[in-house]
Amino acid sequence: MNTQDKAKSLEVAQHYKPPFTLRRFIRTNSAQLGILGVFVTLWIIFIVSAPRTFLAPQIYSAFMSSTPFFAIMAIPLTIVVIAKEIDLSFPSIMAMGMVAFNYTYVATGFINNATIQVFLAIVAALVTGGIIGWLNGFIIVKFGIPSLVVTIGTQFLWSGAALVLTQGANFSLEYIKQTFFYNLFVGKIGPYFPMQMFWLVVVTILGWVLLNRHRFGAHVYLIGDNINSAELMGINTGRVRIQVFMLVGVVSAFAGILASFYVSYFWPTLGAGYLLQTLASVFLGGTSVLGGTGTILGTFLGAFIIGAIEAATVAVGLTGFWTNFIYGLIIVLSVIMHTYLRKRGE
Amino acid sequence: MEEYRLELKHVSKSFGEVQALEDINFHLGRNEVVGLLGDNGAGKSTLIKIITGYHRPTSGEIYFNGKKVDHLTVPMARELGVETVYQERALAELQTLWRNIFLGRELTSSMGFLDIQRMKDETHRLMTESMGFTSHAVSPDSTVGKYSGGEKQGVAIVRALFFNADIVVLDEPTMGLSLKESAKLINFVNGIKQAGKSAIFIDHNILHVHNVADRVVVIDRGKVAGEFQTKHIGLNELMDKMVRVAETGSLS
Repeated sequence: MNTQDKAKSLEVAQHYKPPFTLRRFIRTNSAQLGILGVFVTLWIIFIVSAPRTFLAPQIYSAFMSSTPFFAIMAIPLTIVVIAKEIDLSFPSIMAMGMVAFNYTYVATGFINNATIQVFLAIVAALVTGGIIGWLNGFIIVKFGIPSLVVTIGTQFLWSGAALVLTQGANFSLEYIKQTFFYNLFVGKIGPYFPMQMFWLVVVTILGWVLLNRHRFGAHVYLIGDNINSAELMGINTGRVRIQVFMLVGVVSAFAGILASFYVSYFWPTLGAGYLLQTLASVFLGGTSVLGGTGTILGTFLGAFIIGAIEAATVAVGLTGFWTNFIYGLIIVLSVIMHTYLRKRGE
Repeated sequence: MEEYRLELKHVSKSFGEVQALEDINFHLGRNEVVGLLGDNGAGKSTLIKIITGYHRPTSGEIYFNGKKVDHLTVPMARELGVETVYQERALAELQTLWRNIFLGRELTSSMGFLDIQRMKDETHRLMTESMGFTSHAVSPDSTVGKYSGGEKQGVAIVRALFFNADIVVLDEPTMGLSLKESAKLINFVNGIKQAGKSAIFIDHNILHVHNVADRVVVIDRGKVAGEFQTKHIGLNELMDKMVRVAETGSLS
């Protein structure tokens, strides 16, 4: 078949469109339907147990206020896990991003214009996140060290660096309120819709498009599935793997900005509480630690389940002591469900 | 004289202390099927992986159509017209068929966005045209991991044949195939010859090799132990030579 024939064949190839059947739809999307089922079930339980709380808008506004700070990082983390890697250092990248933010703001004091300074500080934070992410990826790929090990190390390294560079100082970021960035990142639309939720939706959509509609995402799935096959067929696996870590780096720095803006305060220990919730969101959503499978929607729903449990536990009348127990119960049961669905699909 | 499609001059490959290939001189004509024979561990697969750009030779030179190529990579080898069916099949079993067919060369827009519909259309067309390698349960959206061994092999073969190669490399392609499927594969390889292309064919089954190859090259312990035209040699004689090589390391 010469090139002309091949070009011709590409024009006349019939449009492949299998008839829609419910069975096929369920089978293809079993992971997402699974977590959606868990989500809806829990939601119904919450409404029935505490109708006054869960039929009013305030609690949802609270969820949309607090969940995005870690949910945003769960999106690129999903991509990392699909690539059969893991990143435990993203909390420290949140902090380091803000260290760069603050340093840049102070260093550009001569400009004497809060908006420009904050803009430059934001850029510095994101670039710092990208560089730290790149460094993670470089060490992992170049030296062939498992990402679990490397990112445990860099989590300590960079969270420690943040403390050293700031000498443990914490301080107000009130000046950000003078700029439009404050409302842009953490303001409110109407009485109930927080901007950080908007940004979560943006990151989610971008993540979905990247993973499902771009060659990069196709390569991520292939590398996570069988890196040897990917390399035999010419995929630059080293480059893709470094890029997924850079993605986590940039987005974590962004999450750090959102979280810091929300309280208009800088803590060098920023990020410390987010590790487990973010990871749990990814696995709750059905992404397998074995690589090659996973969905953005699953993570999105998983994050909101995690985000809701604490408030829901209390609203339902249980003490806060129950929170971790219920987290654990839901996570373990959901992961068993996902594994069952996957095995059944085979 | 027309130049060879492919030529390896004094190619050696070592992995640390292990010398996998030593001073290999190999060439592939413009319309020739070469059978690569040799025992397990002889170095055939390593030789293949050098030709396809997966391994870099420790020393020696590679020429495509008379032109020397340094630092050959897999994408480069593809551009130069090499398609491969690897012994390991190089499939991603958790992924769908269309993702496997277009593994590493997804159809995209200039910005890299996938043209999924076209890839599914092409995959569907490939399946319906190469019936016999694929069963009716196999669709562009089906997961490759669920296929039988023969079907998986079929995917790897169909993938290599689709992309219009000048040099098709097949490493143990009949492994896992039924008699009927093997016969079909042999026909495909003959088809490559008829289309004016070339192929390198590794198979332990001497019957297949003798059937399809113009020339046989025997590799033993990392070196070329000998080569001969198949039209001058009968099956029994070939078998004798193979046994002698395995026992003594040379043809004489």
